[in-house]
Order: sequence, then C-alpha cells, then structure tokens
Amino acid sequence: MAQPSLSQRLVQGEKAALARLISWAENGDARFAETLRELGPRASKSWRTGITGPPGAGKSTLVNELARELRTHARTVGILAVDPSSPFSGGALLGDRIRMEERTVDPGVFIRSMASRGAHGGIARAAVDACDAIEAAGYDEILLETVGVGQAEYDVVSAADTVLVVLCPGAGDGIQAMKAGILEVADVLVVNKADLAGADRLATDLEEAVHIRATGGARDPQGWAAPVVTCSAGTGKDIDEVLRQIEKHRSWLAGERLERARREKRLRHVRRTVEEQLAQELWERRGWNEKASALLESGRAPYDVVETLVSSILGAAKRDGVKSA
Amino acid sequence: MSTRKIRVLIAKPGLDGHDRGAKTVASVLRDHGMEVIYTGLHQTPEMIAETAVQEDVDVVGLSILSGAHMSLFPRVRAELEKRGLTDALLVGGGIIPDEDAKKLESEGYAKLFGPGTHTEEIAKYIETTMNARWAKQGASR
Repeated sequence: MAQPSLSQRLVQGEKAALARLISWAENGDARFAETLRELGPRASKSWRTGITGPPGAGKSTLVNELARELRTHARTVGILAVDPSSPFSGGALLGDRIRMEERTVDPGVFIRSMASRGAHGGIARAAVDACDAIEAAGYDEILLETVGVGQAEYDVVSAADTVLVVLCPGAGDGIQAMKAGILEVADVLVVNKADLAGADRLATDLEEAVHIRATGGARDPQGWAAPVVTCSAGTGKDIDEVLRQIEKHRSWLAGERLERARREKRLRHVRRTVEEQLAQELWERRGWNEKASALLESGRAPYDVVETLVSSILGAAKRDGVKSA
Repeated sequence: MSTRKIRVLIAKPGLDGHDRGAKTVASVLRDHGMEVIYTGLHQTPEMIAETAVQEDVDVVGLSILSGAHMSLFPRVRAELEKRGLTDALLVGGGIIPDEDAKKLESEGYAKLFGPGTHTEEIAKYIETTMNARWAKQGASR
C-alpha cells in the first residue's frame, strides 16, 4: 500500500505532518507550495489573532491563558511563537514554550516556535505560510505571537485578523505608546499584570490616547476604536474579557470589511514573497554579492554601483519608458 | 531562507531542578547557529516527545542530574518512537556513570556527555553528525 502523502496526513490531523509542512515553509522548500496546491482552495476558517508588545509584557503567558480559555469553549488552537535569532551567530534560543507547557500534551493544541532568522530570513513570509499551514490542518483559532515590538514585528502581526498589543505598567507611560505606533496597529489594547501598581494609570492613559486618535485628524466615524482591557495573565484574571473583545472585533470585521482586509493581506504576502525570491535570485544565484563588492573594491561610489546593478536588469525597460508604468 | 538550520530540543526530564547545565548547553548551541527550543524543568517523557514532534527537531538533548536516567531516557525514546519520530539524533548529558552511558548508547542514544565535557565538544559533535547526515541524504527532507 502506498504511503499516505503529507497533505493526506495533514488533513487527518497528524501533528508531525503539520510540523514538517511548517519546516518546509521556514526553509523556503518548494514542497510547501506544492502541498498547499494539493490541498486546493479552501474557505478561510481559522481566526488569526496576533499578539505583540514589548519583551516581558507577558505575551507568552497571555497566549497560554487565551489557549486555555479557548479550549474550554471546545475550540482547537494552533500557536506560532516567534523569538529573535541572534544577529551574530544566526542561532536562536526559543523559550516561549516554557510558559505554555500545560498545553503541550493537549490533542487540541499545536504549538510551534519559530526563529525570526533576521531581516533577510523572510520571517514575515514564513510566519504567514505557517499560519496557512495551521489553517490547512483545520485549527479553529491561530494565535501568532511576535518577538518584542519593532517595525519588523508589525509586519509579522499584519498577518493577523485581530491584533492584540500587550503592555504592562512600569515600562513607560501612555506617551510611549503614542510614539511607538502601537495605537495604529492595535485592535485590542491589553494592559497585563493588572495586579501591579500603575496598571490603572496606564489603562487610563491608553484610553485617552485612543480617544484623541478617534476624535482627531485620523477620525473615521465607521472606524474601530481599540478597547483597553486590563487583565492578569499570571493569575488568569479577566482573560475571558480579552476573548470577548476579540470576538467583538471579529463581528465588527465580519463581511465586506474582512474580505477587504484579507485581500490586502494576501497582496502584501505576494509582494513580500516575490521580493524575497527576487533578492535570493540576484544576490545568491546571479552573484550580485560578488559583483557589488568587486565594484566597490575598484573604487566606485555606492550609488554608481547601485545604478550599474539595477540598470543591468532594468536598463532596457528604462529606455522603453516601462519603468514609470 | 533556503539554508536549513539544525533544530535542537533541550529538555529536562523528571524531578530535577538543576538547569544551569541545560541552559549553558542551549546557549552554546545557539552561538553555533542552531535553533534551540528550551522547555524548562520537570518535563514528562510524553511532553518531551510531543514537543519534539511539533517542533520538528533534528536533535533531542536531555539533561539529567537526578540519577533517574536509566528509567527516563528509555521512556523518552519509546514515546518518540510511538509518535514516529525515529530519525532524531538523541543525546544526553549530566551525572551519568560510564556503564550506564554505554548501555544507553547501545539502546538508541547516539552519545552521552558526562561531567567535565567541554561545551565545544558537544556543539562540534552535533554539527559534524548532522552535516554528515545531510550530506548523505540531502539537506531537504
């Protein structure tokens, strides 16, 4: 008898098959796309919740609690936890599972750690691909946890339908939150560690900041104003309220808004993947790395080198005026 | 992106609160460019095997100082096999007498590292073994 294919094993709910599919996504293995193609088009049924915030805010602990709460509602949960790769060695120490160990042997939960592999590692692409894999495996909910806040992480989190930004007292005031672009990305603002002094103050600051934004220049009467939820992931207090707000955002999005948002996300994913594959083709397979260093070595100025390289593929297009198209 | 990284699970089975060694090894392996999943203390063999499957690791490294290695190590291996994970490189370290190490190495564990082992030796062993494997079967799987 023929061995069942990976896509068959995936549909049957075999976790090892899902794990392998995610590895293929991480490594840019062509079998990833083949397998998804084999599975065919399917309606998006997993809800993707992104969890971001500064290091130590309690993201992993919150993810663990959200998963526990979702399991009491008989929802299956796929968790993708991203930790940073070392820019020096390229290695990574992935420790998010430590806070999720109660979920490890739950048959309705799948947890995968992912290293960010640096800016050129295509983490945004791999994270979206991994979410697609988890969805293909039939999980109801996907929790996507990013590394600490930064521009690249917003990129990752843009793969989610609902974005939670987790903050905690003692790590800067509400103005910090206004600066960092947190309000723009957040669908739900979570003030974690509610038992610590300053939690109420932070929540008030955030509510004010949301209000200023909602009534200021960026005003959209139809828009979604991010609610502020105070909870304690460490003790499990008010986790159900966080879920209720996710659910509210979900019903607000439902219909045309969701269609549009997902279309935009798909387009972004295609662009990212194209850019990644082109960059790989040029720098690795066509030897641009060596070409560029040789030109620099010969005393050419950086922008000269850029023009030489770019016009070596766009030269003809430029002359034909296609560039502006 | 098309470069595959060696993925390693470092786990501490059973009732054993000493994780300094496991953390040290985890850091050293990371510094050698590996992706290391560390799961913390007090893991059951089932938890370790489940994690190894979901993380699709190439290497499972167990650290133990409690003396229970002769009962826990074979159980971890059995749980891995039960889940079809038969090709992972199994290594271990801690307070393990030579005769126990020899026995475990005859029962599916590739290598046991005793006290005094230089961390570089562990990293080099894993690197060399995995690179040889990938050279033989191709880096894709």
